[in-house]
Amino acid sequence: MGQLLLQMLVGTITSLKIFALTLLFALPLGMLVAKGRMSKNRLVSKLVNTYIMIMRGTPLILQLIFVYFAPYYIFGTSYDRFTAVIVGFVINYAAYFAEIYRGGIQAIPKGQYEASQVLGFTKVHTFTHIVCPQVLKRIIPAMGNEVITLVKDTALAQTIGVAELFRVAQNASARQFSTMPIFLAGVFYFIMNGLVSKSFDVLEKKLNYYN
Amino acid sequence: MSIITVKDLKKGFDGLGVLKGISFTLNKGEVLSIIGPSGSGKSTLLRCLNQLENVDSGSITICSDVMVQTDEKGLVSYSDKKILQTVRLHLGLVFQNFNLFPHMNVLRNITEAQMHVLKTSKEEAEKNARRLLNKLGLSDKEKAYPCQLSGGQQQRVSIARALALNPEVLCFDEPTSALDPELTGEILRVIKDLAKEKMTMIVVTHEMAFARDISDRVIFMDDGLIVEEGKPEELFNNPKNVRTQKFLQRYE
Repeated sequence: MGQLLLQMLVGTITSLKIFALTLLFALPLGMLVAKGRMSKNRLVSKLVNTYIMIMRGTPLILQLIFVYFAPYYIFGTSYDRFTAVIVGFVINYAAYFAEIYRGGIQAIPKGQYEASQVLGFTKVHTFTHIVCPQVLKRIIPAMGNEVITLVKDTALAQTIGVAELFRVAQNASARQFSTMPIFLAGVFYFIMNGLVSKSFDVLEKKLNYYN
Repeated sequence: MSIITVKDLKKGFDGLGVLKGISFTLNKGEVLSIIGPSGSGKSTLLRCLNQLENVDSGSITICSDVMVQTDEKGLVSYSDKKILQTVRLHLGLVFQNFNLFPHMNVLRNITEAQMHVLKTSKEEAEKNARRLLNKLGLSDKEKAYPCQLSGGQQQRVSIARALALNPEVLCFDEPTSALDPELTGEILRVIKDLAKEKMTMIVVTHEMAFARDISDRVIFMDDGLIVEEGKPEELFNNPKNVRTQKFLQRYE
C-alpha cells in the first residue's frame, strides 16, 4: 500500500507538471489568439478562427497523437514525449482560453474605451489598466470550468506514453488484479479539483468589491 | 478671444449626413448650450470635437492648435499624434452615462489620468482630487466604488475626473439624461457653479430652462445644421426660425 501511494504521488507530480506548464503558456498565448481572432485584418482573423475551429472541433487525444507523431512522419525525427504533451495541451487550451477572453473583452462597454481616450490614455494603458482588470472579473466562472477540465484532461497524456497519475493507477491495478488503485486516483483528482475550485472561489470573492 | 473655431464641419455615417456644415466659435469664459431634437447631430458634433469621431471635412482649431483642416481641394488632414493629444487635453468631456471606471474607487478614478497622462506625482494628484471632491461635495466618498454611488454622485465624480486634467473647455453630452429630476438639479447646480467661475463650457442638453439660465449663447441645431444661434433671451423669447419656434413650443 505504501509503495502504491508513492508511485501514485510520482504520477501526480507528472500530472501537476502538465497542469502548471499548460497554464503557464496557454494563459498568455490565449490572449494573443484572442487578439488575432478579433483582428481587423480579415486574413489574420480567418486563420486564427480556423485554428480555433480545429482545436475545438477535434478530440484532444487525437491532437496529442498528431503533435507527437507528425514530426516523425514529416521530418523523420521525433522529440521528447513530455514536450509533445505540453505542446499539445498548450495549443488546445490556448484556443479555449482565447474564446473566453474574447467574450470578456467584447463585454466591456464602449464607454470605457471612450472615457479612456478622452482622458488621453494610451491604447496600452487602456488595455492593461482599464480593460483587463474588468475582463478578469467577468471571465472567472468560465475559466474555473476550463481549469478544472484541464486537471482531468492531464490523464490523456498517457496516450503518447507519459506516465501520469491515471496511467500509474491503471498499471498498478493490472498488477494487483484490483480496481482499487483507479478509484484511489479518482480521489486524487477530486482533491486537486477541490483546491482549484476553492482558489477560484477566493479569487471571485476578492474581485467582488465592485459590480 | 476665441478658444474653439469650427469651420464647415461635415460628418456622415454610411453616406447619411449627420453634420452638414457646422461653423461656430467659442470664446474664453463663455457657456454655450446646444439644443435641438434627437438625431440633429448635437452629440456627434461634441464627439468630433473630442476626437471620438473622425470628421469627413472641415476644420477645427482649439486654443490655436489645429486639430483638423481641409485644403481647397477638399483633402482632410488631421495633425500629428502629439498635437492631437495636446488638443485632446484642452477639452474635457462628461458623458451622459458617466463611464466611470467601475474597478477603481472614486479617488483613483480621478487620479489615474493625472498620474499616467500628465505624469503628476501621486501626492499631488490625490491632493488635487481631494480638492475637487471637496468642491463637489463628495469628500466622504473618495474610498467608495462607482457602484455604491447614486447617479448624481457618479456624474459629479465624472465631472471631477474631467476637471482634474485642467481642461480649457469642459464639454457635457446630455449630462442629466440618465438622471431623475431630483438628481438632475444636483448636476445642474454644479454646472452653474462652474459657470460662475468662468469655466468655458459647451453643454448639449434637453433642459431648456437650464440652457436659458446659464448660457451666454445658445445654438439650435436641426438635421445636421445650425438653424439659429443667439443670446438665450433672444432665442427662447423670440425665435426667428419656424423650426426653432416649433421645437420650443413643446417645452412651453
